[in-house]
Amino acid sequence: MIKLFSLKQQKKDGESTPRTGNQKKASAAQLRITKDINELNLPKTCNTEFPDPDDLLTFKLVICPDEGFYKNGRFVFSFKVGPSYPHEPPKVKCETQVYHPNIDQQGNVCLNILREDWKPVLTINSVVYGLQYLFLEPNPDDPLNKEAAEVLTSNRRVFEQNVQKAIRGGYVGGIYFDRCLK
Amino acid sequence: MEECKESSQKKWTHLRKVLERPGPFSHPEFEPSPDILDFILSTCKILIVGAGGLGCELLKDLAMMGFKHIHIIDMDTIDLSNLNRQFLFRLKDVGFSKAEVAADFVNKRIQGCQVVPHCCMIQEKNPQFYRQFHVIACGLDSISARRWINGMLVSLLEYDENDVLDQSSIIPLVDGGTEGFKGNARVILPGMTACVECTLDLYPPQVTYPLCTIANTPRLPEHCVEYVKMVQWSKENPFGVPLDGDDAQHLTWVHEKASERANQFNIQGVTFRLVQGVVKNIIPAVASTNAVIAGVCATEVFKLATSCCTPLNNFMVFNDIDGIYTYTYEAEKKENCTVCSNIPHPVTIEDPSKMKLKDLIQFLCENPKFQMKNPGLTTNIDGKSKTLYIPTIDVIEARTRPNLSKTLLELGLSDGQQIIVADTTTPTSVILKLVYSISDIEMKT
Repeated sequence: MIKLFSLKQQKKDGESTPRTGNQKKASAAQLRITKDINELNLPKTCNTEFPDPDDLLTFKLVICPDEGFYKNGRFVFSFKVGPSYPHEPPKVKCETQVYHPNIDQQGNVCLNILREDWKPVLTINSVVYGLQYLFLEPNPDDPLNKEAAEVLTSNRRVFEQNVQKAIRGGYVGGIYFDRCLK
Repeated sequence: MEECKESSQKKWTHLRKVLERPGPFSHPEFEPSPDILDFILSTCKILIVGAGGLGCELLKDLAMMGFKHIHIIDMDTIDLSNLNRQFLFRLKDVGFSKAEVAADFVNKRIQGCQVVPHCCMIQEKNPQFYRQFHVIACGLDSISARRWINGMLVSLLEYDENDVLDQSSIIPLVDGGTEGFKGNARVILPGMTACVECTLDLYPPQVTYPLCTIANTPRLPEHCVEYVKMVQWSKENPFGVPLDGDDAQHLTWVHEKASERANQFNIQGVTFRLVQGVVKNIIPAVASTNAVIAGVCATEVFKLATSCCTPLNNFMVFNDIDGIYTYTYEAEKKENCTVCSNIPHPVTIEDPSKMKLKDLIQFLCENPKFQMKNPGLTTNIDGKSKTLYIPTIDVIEARTRPNLSKTLLELGLSDGQQIIVADTTTPTSVILKLVYSISDIEMKT
C-alpha cells in the first residue's frame, strides 16, 4: 500500500515538470485496432479499402461471394470503430443496395454480433466472417427485409432470380436496385 | 501564519483527533502530526471530474472537509431537470456551466476555499494538467470518460530501467457511480491495483435489441421507440438533421411515430418519458444514492491524502432497493490488461537520424526479448494516429512501404515516442518507448 502523504508532500504547483515525452498515449481502442488490423485474415472473397492508412478506425470491406445466391455480386460495407471499441461493437453499414432478408434499404445490417451479442473478445475478423456468412446463409427467420424473407421461405428459385436481378440492376418488388456486378 | 491560525481553528478539532494521534485502523506507516492537517488545508490538490449529481456532493463534501485547492471539470450546462438533486444549482443558473456555477457557489459559501472550474471536455486537458493533482475523484455517468481518465493516469506512471514502478508517479483515482438505488465506489492505484480497464466486463452492456425484432416483431414499447430512432428517423429525416435527444421537437416526433407503431402491434406503454429514456439512454438518478456514494468517495480521498487510515480495498457496492446492503471486495488487477499491464518497453536508439524503420522492425524480429514474426506498427504524432507499417493488409502495406527506408527522425518520431506494435506472438499490442542516446539539440543539427 502506498503512503501518499509522504510521497506527495514535496509535490506542489508548477513543479510538475514532465520527465517523459508528451505524445499522447495510445488509447485502448488504438491498441486493439492495431492488433485486429495487423492480424486480419481475410477469406479470398473479401477485401479491405483504407481511404486514409493513418486512420485504422475507418475503412471499407468489399465482399464478392464466390458461391450461393449472391455469387457475382460486389457488396461494400463501411466500418467505423469508435473510441469505446472493443467495449462497443464497430458500426457497420452496407453501402450497396442489396436484396437481402437481413439487410434493409438504409443499409442496416441485422447480424447478432453487431448488436446484442457483441463481446469485447470478438474482433474485426469475427465481424468479417459474420458478414460473409450472411451472404451464404441469408436468414429468413429474423428478417429486416420482410418481403425478401417471405420469398426466400416460400420459393427459393424466385428468391435466387430476384437476387440476381437486383445484382444486375433493376426493379424487384417495386424497389430499384443499382447494378453491383463484380 | 494564516495557515497556522487556520489549522488551529475550532472547526478542525475532529480532524485533528484522527490526524494527530494513531488509531487501530491507521496505515502501518502513519505518523500522526499537525503537518497533515496543514497539508490538507494548504497543499493538497484535488480534481473532481464531473459536476453533476455525484460531483456536487463530492465538491461539497471535500470542501467542507478542509480541502482548499479543488479543481472541477465538466463540459455540461445546467438543465432544469438537474435541480432536484444537483443542489449547488438554482433556477437562475439553468443554461450556465455546471463547473463554473458549482465552483462559485462553494467559493462564496466556504471561506478560503479556492475551487477552480474547467468548463470543457476532459480530453481537452493535457498530461501536465492531470499531473498536478494529488488525488482525482470521479463522478461520471459514462464508461468511455472513465476509461479515458484511467488511461491518462496510467500513462503518467514512471518506471525505472527494471520496470519497477516509481510510486511517486501514482495519482490515486477514486471513482463513484450510481444508477437508481444502486451505486459503487472504488479506489484505483494506477499500476498497482485493478484499473477501469481490468474490470471493464463489470459494466453491464448497453441494452440493445436485435434489429430484426425491432423491424418486424416488436413486443415491447422500447422496441417501437428504437424502431423510430434507428429506422424511421433516417428514412423520413423530418428535420433534416440527426436525432437530438435534447430537442423537444425531435422527441415529440419520435413519441408520435412510436405511438403509431405501438398501436399497430397492440403494444401498451409508449409514454413521452419512455421515449426520452430510450433515446437518451437516461439512467435514473436518486439523490440519496448519490449522497451515500459521494460520502464514501470523499472519505477515501481523505484517507489517501492523509494515510490516517488504510484505504478501501478496493471495490464497494451499495444497494438500497430493499433495506441497505454494502459489500466490499478486492477487484483483481488483470495480468494482461491492455492498459495498466502494458508497460512501455524502452528501446534505446543510438542515432535516430541513421536508424531506419526497417532496422527497428528487424530489431523486433531478432531481439531475444521480442522475437516477433511480422509486426505492424502505429503511433501518435501531435494527437493524430499514424500508421508506420502494417505488413498484412495489402493496401496499407503498399502505402506505408516507403516508411521502411525512412529514418526515425524523418518519420517525425521523437525521444520518448511510444510505438504500438502488434504481432501474432503476443496476445495484445506491445508498447515501445523510444529512448534516444543523443540529445535533442544534437539531433537538430
